[in-house]
Amino acid sequence: LSSSAALEGKGQLKFTSGRWSPHHDCTQIATANDTTVRGWDTRSMRQIYCIENAHGQLVRDLDFNPNKQYYLASCGDDCKVKFWDTRNVTEPVKTLEEHSHWVWNVRYNHSHDQLILTGSSDSRVILSNMVSISSEPFGHMVDDDELSDQEDQHQEEKIKEPLQDSVIATYEEHEDSVYAVEWSSADPWLFASLSYDGRLVINRVPRALKYHILL
Amino acid sequence: QVRSECPLGQLLAREAALGREIRALDSDMQTLLYENYNKFISATDTIRKMKVDFRHMEAEMDDLAANMAAISASSARVSAALQDRHRRGAQLAGVQALLRKLQALLEVPGRLRRWAGTEPARALRCYARARAVLRHYRHLPSFRAIEDESHAIMADLARRLRTRLREETLDPKELTECVEMLLQLEEPPEELSEEFLSQAGARLEAELAALEAELPTSDPSGVATTPPPASDILDFVDRGSSAFVGTLCQLAGSYRTLFGEDTGRLEPFAAALATRYFALLERRLALERGLGDTSLLVRALDRFHRRLQALLELLPAGASAAAELVARAARERVDRYLRALQTFFLGCLGDVRQALAAPRPPGKEGPGLPDLLATLAASVLGQLKAVLAYVQLFTARDVAFASLPYFKGEFCVTAVREGLVVAFVRWLCRTARGFADGPTEKGAPAAPPALLLLLARLCLDYESSTISYILTLTDEQFPPQDLGPPVTPGPALCAEARAAAQRLLDHYVQVQGAAVAQMLRKSVETRDWLGTVEPRNVRAVMKRVVEDITAIDVQVGQLFEEGVRRAQSSDSSRRAFSVYSSSRAPGRYAPSYTPSAPMDTHLLSNIQKLFSERIDIFSPVEFNKVSVLTGIIKISLKTLLECVRLRTLGRFGLQQVQVDGHYLQLYLWRFASDERVVQGLLDEVAASAAHRCLDPVPMEHSVVELICERG
Repeated sequence: LSSSAALEGKGQLKFTSGRWSPHHDCTQIATANDTTVRGWDTRSMRQIYCIENAHGQLVRDLDFNPNKQYYLASCGDDCKVKFWDTRNVTEPVKTLEEHSHWVWNVRYNHSHDQLILTGSSDSRVILSNMVSISSEPFGHMVDDDELSDQEDQHQEEKIKEPLQDSVIATYEEHEDSVYAVEWSSADPWLFASLSYDGRLVINRVPRALKYHILL
Repeated sequence: QVRSECPLGQLLAREAALGREIRALDSDMQTLLYENYNKFISATDTIRKMKVDFRHMEAEMDDLAANMAAISASSARVSAALQDRHRRGAQLAGVQALLRKLQALLEVPGRLRRWAGTEPARALRCYARARAVLRHYRHLPSFRAIEDESHAIMADLARRLRTRLREETLDPKELTECVEMLLQLEEPPEELSEEFLSQAGARLEAELAALEAELPTSDPSGVATTPPPASDILDFVDRGSSAFVGTLCQLAGSYRTLFGEDTGRLEPFAAALATRYFALLERRLALERGLGDTSLLVRALDRFHRRLQALLELLPAGASAAAELVARAARERVDRYLRALQTFFLGCLGDVRQALAAPRPPGKEGPGLPDLLATLAASVLGQLKAVLAYVQLFTARDVAFASLPYFKGEFCVTAVREGLVVAFVRWLCRTARGFADGPTEKGAPAAPPALLLLLARLCLDYESSTISYILTLTDEQFPPQDLGPPVTPGPALCAEARAAAQRLLDHYVQVQGAAVAQMLRKSVETRDWLGTVEPRNVRAVMKRVVEDITAIDVQVGQLFEEGVRRAQSSDSSRRAFSVYSSSRAPGRYAPSYTPSAPMDTHLLSNIQKLFSERIDIFSPVEFNKVSVLTGIIKISLKTLLECVRLRTLGRFGLQQVQVDGHYLQLYLWRFASDERVVQGLLDEVAASAAHRCLDPVPMEHSVVELICERG
């Protein structure tokens, strides 16, 4: 035990979830307490930011965006997934309302942070494409001086409007509440989900989207 | 025919009648003959007499002719004799006339001098008459002298008139007279017209200033609140119209008569003054802050418009400005009414909230929800109708400006229908929605659930009947033009109202569901499930849940209809948990689950789930009581399920859950639209509790029933 901090406040306060921030050289932790999300600095053990009333009721899970600093996703008992910019915590950047009951888990894909996986107790797993707040809103960019004339023309066709955010797929193979979803660390296109009845389902990102993102 | 058909008797009778007729005609003829005969004889006598008389007259006429000839001959002789004297008489008369004129001319300067001071009009007339003659005989020195003298006097007069002109205190009539006289004196008309205009301008400015003095001056810092104007708008317009407009018309008329049709200078002058007048009027209108008396405003505008008609003949360009002014005033008033309606509605909502929140004295029922709803709807509708009646005044038939094309067309559609009625309905829907969307997110004091229910019902009523009623009423009173700007169709508004009602109802379900769920969650989290004792009775929290749901049922039942419920099966209140009944193979149970048993239960429960529909928890709710309650129950039971799954239970914990579940099932099935939903969820709770239990030994079913019936 290297250091500890206590949370002041009324009533029985609980820490329901916590996550290391992948940026900032491992000095930041975010925790969920009932309905607020707090960020802590481990060097001084003080609270950095606090997102009040993030979800109407309990906050169930958090995740940080691996490629973009300051971006954080949280999900909770109001059936919503909210994306926050920790520099401005008064309002979420985006809100997803695809589930019809509590969302237990939210996960960013480790390499392509526009893919978001959410699992909920309405027995569904939803894979969403949050392009507008990802680190590559306009798709794969290539430097100009590396292009030949032919590729120049192709490039102009490709650089269009940023893609729209959308739900890629809803997986309904589970019969009971889904309590955990995770991305595979070996293959960035593979993910697994676990439900209460003991069913583990492993799925892939649809091929069309995979090639679209890669190319 | 007669001969052939009638019997003999009739024939004889007919023959007799004919004979009689013939005899009668005969006698008539003879009478006529005798009368006329007399007349013929008298006529012949008269003609004989006339012939005799004419012979007499001829002789006399011949005599007359001879006499006349004699008379004419003698008359000619007489006139020839007198001709000479006649000529000389005429000459003398001519000379006398000339002498008289000369005398008059000679007296002109004297007369002019005498009258120049007192009666310039007579002087002018005199001079005018003399002037032509004098000019003609200028070459004669004596005449020249006269002319110069009179000229000097008239110049003097002109000078005096000019100074008088420049005085401030001339009224239009005197002004006109002065200028007229100056014109007669052959002063250059352009100069005169300028003088005239400047004088007139000064006078009109004075009147405008008087009007302006009535308006409180605007504070440059804009901080001080201006006191209400001393007189009301009707007086103001009256004064303005009679004083300013009247004077302007008079002056313009005289200008026209004096200077002919050359309006080059008149128009800009009049236009400038008219604009100032309009501006003053607008300022005064802007001061009409309250809603006051619309009829007064309408009358004032009417008077303004009417009096302006005369002026508008001069200034065709001013017509549009005046119409614009009236239109702006009308629009402004309509806007104010809209804002007043909004405030009124908010006030009504505030009253309703107070009524709902007021502490009730014991023994007295609080205000029923249907009553509150009826009062709210009726008062809003009443107010809207009143406002429409007021606005109707603008298009009343006896109002002059109602015939302007703006009022007939655009006002009705854009200002009233769209700007007032449609905007108000839209605002109402938005505000109602705002109760559902906004505050709860930020933790501000939320609307009480009863209010949400009330507003949902209000919006639904609006969608079904009220909106179409209001729109037909508006269209009757303010008929829309065919070619006018596009109107919002009724169905679009109804769709908005329905969407607002849906949102409110969903939110109500969520709020109530969250309240019950919170209770259940707390109860599960704070209890020690591992070390609890054998259950003797149902937990208090479950009874509380049932009471709450019954209360909600009553509340919703006051405003919404029952709804359709799936027919219950005959053993609905006596069902045993299917999971247990199948796992408990004939009569015996295993103290702990053998590896095969979990498989059985899993398989069985999974198979069961394949055949039952997946339950959506937070789905949109229909507008009936059963649907609302089903939503609330679903939310609460799902929460219970999830919370139970997070705890570890001991044997008696499991049995307690079993007892609670059975109790809930006994009482909640009648509220839900489909009892299988409640059943399914409670089965899930029991199954999850069994999975989480260290020592799953379910209680005997008969004991469970006994405890539930006792509690």
